[in-house]
Amino acid sequence: MKDNILLTLLVIIAPLSLMSVGGGQAILPEVHRQIVLNLGLVTETQFVTDFTISKMAPGPTSLMISLMGWQAAGWQGMVVATIAIFAPSSILLLLMARIWSRHSGAAWQKAVESGLAPIAAGLILASTLTIARALGGGWLAAFVSLVVTVVMMATRINPLWMIAAGAGLFMLTELV
Amino acid sequence: MQPDSASSTPPPAGPPIVSLLEIATAFGRIGTTSFGGAVTSWMMREVVWNKRWLTEDEFLTGLAMAQALPGVNVVNLPLWIGYRLAGVPGALAAASGVIFPPGMFIAIFYAFYAMLSRYHETALALQGAAAAAIGLSLAMGLRAARRQVRKVIPALILVATFVAVGVLHQSMLMVLLALAPISVGHAYWEVKRL
Repeated sequence: MKDNILLTLLVIIAPLSLMSVGGGQAILPEVHRQIVLNLGLVTETQFVTDFTISKMAPGPTSLMISLMGWQAAGWQGMVVATIAIFAPSSILLLLMARIWSRHSGAAWQKAVESGLAPIAAGLILASTLTIARALGGGWLAAFVSLVVTVVMMATRINPLWMIAAGAGLFMLTELV
Repeated sequence: MQPDSASSTPPPAGPPIVSLLEIATAFGRIGTTSFGGAVTSWMMREVVWNKRWLTEDEFLTGLAMAQALPGVNVVNLPLWIGYRLAGVPGALAAASGVIFPPGMFIAIFYAFYAMLSRYHETALALQGAAAAAIGLSLAMGLRAARRQVRKVIPALILVATFVAVGVLHQSMLMVLLALAPISVGHAYWEVKRL
């Protein structure tokens, strides 16, 4: 049973590693669709928790995939998920490194870079929608999200302050 | 595996000899102090100006590749820098530095959260933090989108991606197979036309 889950994690996550154009956040809608909706290996609440913790801790957001692996299949799940999310794209990069630097600045490189950019932007926005739906917070959550968006667009404040403020505000609602 | 400094196609400029431990610790430090954006500029300062491991040009070549190829920039760029310094072992040392120490942090954070999860306040705090994190994510998406919506084709590709994946829940592979060739093809045509 557990071996099945580990294999499933590997088979689902490894291809996503190669599809993560524009960073780890881009694949979150697909991760959610497959692991939360289709297979139910991780709950909606766990998915939101993992995303939030990955934003609170240092390092790439993709590390939330490691946490999902942990929740789905314990420490072995964490190891498998971590390898599956980072190894394929890393191997591809190392295979491409030589060719890329030899043709540095070539037209096809600029085309790949600028051609994938709008797709990456669309995916990041889609991932935001996915997480917001998974949180399913009420008007206060929507208000906090929008205020943080505006502040982050307008200033260069450390994002950790925003997360602390959001957490603090929600805890205050307990008192009133 | 040997660093390939002596093979038939040596790297153009000779990078300095750096030990794997140095590479891993440098990126471990960057990895554990990187929150949100601005990681690449911090890496550039460290690798190009402070340590003089790479020239600015080499760094920017790597950055372009890290962004264009799949995977996380924060991991791809160290892979490239480590590879230039010490071949495949260097790449692994650099990537380990940005993956494992933050991975430990996340595991500890999560264990701590799980320990406190029986309190109602923990769930509330996490919801508030999640709402804020969604705001961070929206700001990141809007910043990425701002550069794309000035031209018709990229704007259409962006909207099509968002609707297909975010609203209609289509398979990401299908969406990529349908839209990436159009978008990259169009970008190639634009590059060639100029």
